[in-house]
Amino acid sequence: MPDYETFEHDVLVIGAGGAGLRAAIEASAAGVRVGLVCKSLLGKAHTVMAEGGIAAALANVDERDNWKVHFADTMRGGQYVNQWRMAELHAKEAPDRVRELEAWGAVFDRTKDGRILQRHFGGHKYPRLAHVGDRTGLEMIRTLQDYGVHQGIDVYMEHTILCLLKDGDRVIGAFGYERERGRFKIFRAKAVVLATGGIGRAYKITSNSWEYTGDGHALAYDAGTELTDMEFVQFHPTGMVWPPGVMGILVTEGVRGDGGILTNKEGKRFMFDAIPENYRAQTADNEEEGWRYCQGDKDARRPPELLTRDHVSRCIVREIKEGRGSPHGGVFLDISWIKQKMPNAAEYIKRKLPSMYHQFKQLADIDITEQPMEVGPTTHYIMGGVRVDPDTQMTRLPGLFAAGECAAGINGANRLGGNSLSDLLVFGKRAGEFAAKFAKENSLGKIRKDQVDIVAREALEPFERNDGENPYAIQKDLQEAMQNLVGIVRNEGEMHEALERIGNFKTRAEKAAITGNREYNPGWHTALDLKNLLTVSEAITRAALERQESRGAQFREDYPYKVDAFGKVNTIISKASDGSMLVRLEPLPAMPDYLKQVMEENG
Amino acid sequence: MKTATFKIWRGDAKGGEFHEYPTDVAEGMVVLDAVNQVQAMQAGDLACRWNCKAGKCGSCSAEVNGMPRLMCMTRLSELPLEKPITIEPMKAFPVIKDLVTDLSWNFRVKKKIKPFKPRPPDAPDGTWRMQQEDIDRVQEFRKCIECFLCQDVCHVLRDHQLHEKFIGPRFLIHVAALEMHPLDTEDRIEELRNAQGIGYCNITKCCTKVCPESIQITDNGIIPLKERVVDDFYDPFGWVWKRLKKLLNR
Repeated sequence: MPDYETFEHDVLVIGAGGAGLRAAIEASAAGVRVGLVCKSLLGKAHTVMAEGGIAAALANVDERDNWKVHFADTMRGGQYVNQWRMAELHAKEAPDRVRELEAWGAVFDRTKDGRILQRHFGGHKYPRLAHVGDRTGLEMIRTLQDYGVHQGIDVYMEHTILCLLKDGDRVIGAFGYERERGRFKIFRAKAVVLATGGIGRAYKITSNSWEYTGDGHALAYDAGTELTDMEFVQFHPTGMVWPPGVMGILVTEGVRGDGGILTNKEGKRFMFDAIPENYRAQTADNEEEGWRYCQGDKDARRPPELLTRDHVSRCIVREIKEGRGSPHGGVFLDISWIKQKMPNAAEYIKRKLPSMYHQFKQLADIDITEQPMEVGPTTHYIMGGVRVDPDTQMTRLPGLFAAGECAAGINGANRLGGNSLSDLLVFGKRAGEFAAKFAKENSLGKIRKDQVDIVAREALEPFERNDGENPYAIQKDLQEAMQNLVGIVRNEGEMHEALERIGNFKTRAEKAAITGNREYNPGWHTALDLKNLLTVSEAITRAALERQESRGAQFREDYPYKVDAFGKVNTIISKASDGSMLVRLEPLPAMPDYLKQVMEENG
Repeated sequence: MKTATFKIWRGDAKGGEFHEYPTDVAEGMVVLDAVNQVQAMQAGDLACRWNCKAGKCGSCSAEVNGMPRLMCMTRLSELPLEKPITIEPMKAFPVIKDLVTDLSWNFRVKKKIKPFKPRPPDAPDGTWRMQQEDIDRVQEFRKCIECFLCQDVCHVLRDHQLHEKFIGPRFLIHVAALEMHPLDTEDRIEELRNAQGIGYCNITKCCTKVCPESIQITDNGIIPLKERVVDDFYDPFGWVWKRLKKLLNR
């Protein structure tokens, strides 16, 4: 039996994006020893890609904003299947979390009176997103990183966790490998926080990098706790569609917040055509009003381009399907038109959207101050994830916590732009706080060496197979299947086909073979990541089948309308004792009266 | 479909050599696409780092036809595809494997730089007031994506390997962002002159040329810092005044 290098911490945080870093900082501040595991180098996690901003009701730009409006916006955007308690905590605590970043060195754009500037974004009633041009995520992760490295946290860069370790029901650590030499390592901990982000690599067209293979979702599921809301995958309406190499790369919603419009090949602003009933009262019904809104006119209502992401994505798909798309299969997103409205438009665009300007100039030869962009939906985010207690972020397994994208509850059926960065901060902090508390009240558990050995042996099997299949090919086939069969528009027949294919992919993944040795071998890493990708793909499909209605990000062409009964339940995924995946519906917790009143007041 | 040949350096700390990989190229492809394609179809164990694929994370730094570049932002259409395209790891850092280098020195250097230390809040609610024009410069420096291409191309590090005496352009810019932060009260000038070795920079501006974020590293960052060091060291009145101001701020 081999020996593994073993590390001990009070709290182990898996994932070093916004949520993981914030959790590690909080736990460390509580006086416990913290280990932070990153799949890539520190500071490269997906948070760095976030562009638009952090949603927080600071009321710096519009004094009418407060937590109640933010709460109501979040619930409406999530089609009321959010966990109300998480939405409440999020709306109340986000402003403090943003101000804290400033105290740690973040440099947000300013209002004229020197306070943090806020911008408009889809689904938010007032300008609410604290931002730095269109590189807010970079500012956030760098601030947390530069603050965090001085807090005595042990950082393990380029390490991947393969499984959680348990002592009875309690989670007592994790087992994984380091990329550089391929050596296995045991991390013992009194509490573990999952902050691993999303699942975008399950789809072909995605804004997510290679890392986002649903690790935290699968680790939690395999350890025996529950996932929820997995059917709700956010397809961001505006990803690049041309050239093919860059397909899926994100184009920030900030383009629309700053006045960008969506048009079809006939030059028509098609978003005016289908404004949903529950947003009609707060949406502009003419182009002039929409422009006034983007310019800060407080009496104007927002343009329909700033409706929620699920809706905008579906409208874009409709235009493309009905033959009114752009030459490369998208629609047009045009910010250059504002030169009709202001004298120094090009300068304005470059200042507000510098990285979009750069991205299109360099990757597509498009000058966005002169020409429209071509955009289409891209897999961006999963609302579903590990089921957690709203206050403590603890899962049903003692000692296991989750925060950020890999946890679920705050977003319901659709996430509003900007609510992710604030979610990472609010619930990252809470997870760190309560994980530290749990660690102080508990001791280290007993590692079962035989459990670890089995995982290690399985992980090395791809090296031993001589004539197995290329893991990259299996990953590619899975991505195509999910894209085509469990994408923006879904139906029962295609999803049954997807389940059958996922079953085949599992068989193929068990025979994946790789070349080379254990040192920094991406082929091996791809083979190991397949297991998690398959788990989350199956969970998404089963949950989507169970929800026989269309709501938020889930659109079923065989059930194209909302069904009241489904508005009162969440889907829950768990692992049966025989290893098969179970899905069930569970009623939402009842919203207390004071919040019902908040909803009514902000209807 | 067109094909092109990529000569990719394969090896580790003990040594290595170029391997040629012919692969299909499609319109709009970037170098990273070609590397990922080679990885998926011909060399599964080819090591390279990448994340965002949009020039925002700074992971895929390498030397393409001898030029330090982000592979994700280098389009094939700007390269002479009739000849093989060479791709090598950055030279200023030890190789781990293939295109992956050991960047740990950078993280150690940064940790030694005195962190941000703000003045007390300006408003009773614990917030500060800053004017946009006073933070424009700091925001320019904070655009840095830590790709370390400036470190790679800096001859003090690349050729003279003075990693123990000089922190390199990336971290001079980091110090500049802290020193010019309107709220910061810390003093980093003494370290700049000694431990961080700002004097080693002789302003050849190679760092500025390769910066994918177009940060004016030399003109806006390093030169003003050099001036501060000089002022601090040779101007005793300035020295006293600055200390006094810092004390008052506290």
